[in-house]
Amino acid sequence: MTPDLIVFIALAIISILAAIGLLTSRNAIYAALFLILNFATVAVLYLMLNAPFLAVIQVSVYAGAIMVLFLFVIMLLGAERLAGAETQSEMRWQRPLAVGLGALLLIQAGYVFITHFSQSPASPKAIQAGPMEIGMMLFGPYLLPFEVTSVLLLVAIIGAVVLTRDK
Amino acid sequence: MNSVSPYVLLSALLFTIGVVGVLTRRNAILIFMSIELMLNSANLAFVAFAHQWGQLDGQMFVFFVMAVAAAEVAVGLALIVTIFRSKKSTNVDDLSQLKG
Repeated sequence: MTPDLIVFIALAIISILAAIGLLTSRNAIYAALFLILNFATVAVLYLMLNAPFLAVIQVSVYAGAIMVLFLFVIMLLGAERLAGAETQSEMRWQRPLAVGLGALLLIQAGYVFITHFSQSPASPKAIQAGPMEIGMMLFGPYLLPFEVTSVLLLVAIIGAVVLTRDK
Repeated sequence: MNSVSPYVLLSALLFTIGVVGVLTRRNAILIFMSIELMLNSANLAFVAFAHQWGQLDGQMFVFFVMAVAAAEVAVGLALIVTIFRSKKSTNVDDLSQLKG
């Protein structure tokens, strides 16, 4: 048991429990807070995987901006209490079926990952992933996707404004 | 098994929880959050494989996934707000007709 493995196991347990909390929570606010906890643990996992810049982005953009938007909309709509209709769906067989299919998907994904993607390169080199290296990649080989992403964000802004505008 | 296999398995587990969330929850906002969970677990797999192969390209993809997720959340939440105005509900079972 290396220290890395102990930290990983602790973080993995926290993130899985947070995800299950999101799944079972009766209150939308609590569900959003569980998701923020999950994002924070994944950010620490990014740090362990030698991606410090991504970890910061994860906390500031995902756990910060996106989840604030979620919480804002939940409170704006006053929809935090999940109504009784949530529990008594008309299709009773749906929940066990979903859990069964999910377990099947997990077994499949685990099998494929373990059997097909477990070989390592001959000489894995440690990556430098500071802001400078990320910036060189972003404005070098990935310049066109970067520009297309900026157009996508502009379209999203305009779409959100048009959709929520009062007639 | 190698050094990043636990990360990839955790990613698969989180993705599965997200899928079950999308299939079982009836509230549109919670379905959205489950989709975010799935995107996040895919990001974790990207970063793990980038670490395994010693290349930055996986991390670049995570950037673009995050940008697309931000755009998706902005438009999706705008749609939910608009639907809530006309239906007074965010339950997806109530959204069974095409005419608004």
